[in-house]
Amino acid sequence: MNPSEEFVLLSRLHIRLESLIVLIVLSATMAMLSPVFLSVNNLFNIILATATFGVLAIGATFVISSAGLDLSLGSVLGLSSVVGAALVVTLEWPWYFAIIGSLFAGTMAGAVNGFIITRGLVPAFIVTLGMLGIARGLALIISGGRGIYGLPNEILFLGQARPLGVPTPVFILAIVAIISHYILAHTRFGHHTLALGDNEAAAKATGIDISRQRMLLYMLSGLMAGIAGLIFTARVNTGDPTAGLNYELLAITAAIIGGTNLFGGRGSILGTMIGALIMGVLQNGLNLLAVQAYYQQMAIGIVLIAAVWLDQVRDRRRS
Amino acid sequence: MALLTMSGLKKSFGSIEVLRGIDLEINPSEVVGLVGDNGAGKSTLMKSITGVYSLDEGNIRFEDQNITSLAPGDRRARGIEMIYQDLALAPQQDIANNIFLGREPTKKLWGFLPGFVDKNKIDAEALSMIDRLGAQIPSIHVPVGRLSGGQQQTVAIARALTFDPKLVIMDEPTAALAVREVEGVLKLIDQMQNSGIAVILISHRLNDIFAACQRIVVLRRGSVIADLQQEATDMNEVVSYIVGAHG
Repeated sequence: MNPSEEFVLLSRLHIRLESLIVLIVLSATMAMLSPVFLSVNNLFNIILATATFGVLAIGATFVISSAGLDLSLGSVLGLSSVVGAALVVTLEWPWYFAIIGSLFAGTMAGAVNGFIITRGLVPAFIVTLGMLGIARGLALIISGGRGIYGLPNEILFLGQARPLGVPTPVFILAIVAIISHYILAHTRFGHHTLALGDNEAAAKATGIDISRQRMLLYMLSGLMAGIAGLIFTARVNTGDPTAGLNYELLAITAAIIGGTNLFGGRGSILGTMIGALIMGVLQNGLNLLAVQAYYQQMAIGIVLIAAVWLDQVRDRRRS
Repeated sequence: MALLTMSGLKKSFGSIEVLRGIDLEINPSEVVGLVGDNGAGKSTLMKSITGVYSLDEGNIRFEDQNITSLAPGDRRARGIEMIYQDLALAPQQDIANNIFLGREPTKKLWGFLPGFVDKNKIDAEALSMIDRLGAQIPSIHVPVGRLSGGQQQTVAIARALTFDPKLVIMDEPTAALAVREVEGVLKLIDQMQNSGIAVILISHRLNDIFAACQRIVVLRRGSVIADLQQEATDMNEVVSYIVGAHG
């Protein structure tokens, strides 16, 4: 195959072949090392764990492919979890306010990020790093530093039920991923996101409203953190102010190993889903092999750096 | 009646006054060469016409409508296109998507899902435009970053011509091209003029300016200091205006 044919094939699939191979090889290795790995229960464990940060990784994919960055994903997840639970448990509002509250809190945090980035011209790196602290602090203040227990059954259904034998969070992730794939790969919003990440000046010159585009992207990223926060709350029956700690590391890594270009211009939701599964399998496998959690954090960090490094080597060879 | 009328355009960056009251008219299907030394204000003037820069003072009329406060996208929709010196292409996106960037046609997927970018239509129309320009390109799906300079130039030109523009601004279109490719661009300007498009050509290469333009406007330190008919002037006179040595 010549390079252009290869590109057409991959872009049609919106998937990077390497990440698919990594997922298969990694799964095969884990299956050989641990007899439990391939059990149905364990596979459910993997996708259940993947569902929460998988939704975050979708937010990361949108922002990073526009050459932005959202470091506040994990903290906003925690804030959303607390806000949703506080409305329903502490204030005793109807159950659906857990959904509305979580999604609203996430979207608003994203809107604040987007507003300061586009109006204040402060780099996204700084704004979302600041929001990482602000959202986490706010979650701890609202909850008094303690988990808010005891959500109504309607909410627990979203985290703990298994309609058709499949955990609800997996359905939620699948629906969010399909809609997001449609938006990024097939709508003008998606095309403009990639163009903005590829060449901001070109996007502006062709008449794309780049401030509006950025604003919407950070709101979308916040919304994803809100959905992930809701799933988290429902799974553990708690609005947890420490929920999602370090999840931005998982989400950004999943997006990058799924083929999103850290410098913008390229990104795919299907690729990110494969990236998220790689992270899920890696974590689960290390758990089964009884590797200490401390080492797991290191492993994820190493995967992130290695993925970007490999990307750089590829790009340099190409040009 | 003039197609484009600029009156009293002023623009400063900080304490530097880049445009100091520009008055200029461009007529329909006229090819005007815009020349001047580096820093004379050529690019700033052109980006003010496309709306990328907003002016401090003055106003711009296009087809007798005031467009001074319109956004770049709205000005493109009215028929003002610019081909930038750096071409303003998105290198990782394919040729077809670059040509339709910012103006992607949409349809409803399966009759009900809204906002679906009609990629088949984009590909077909991009291909026919590339063919019309007579360019050799391996596939419409190649990322633009993998093309040669001349091929990228063709993509930028195709983007400008796809939506029936009335005015095309070309910023140094021949600076990075081989001699044969330069001929192609000059021929293309001729064709554009014949189909009723006005062209503003910015170039340091006076040979190209004299070959393509009927009118030559010289900018110096943010002001128009000469507005010459091509047949009534020569290169020496133009150069002397550019360097400020004239009378």
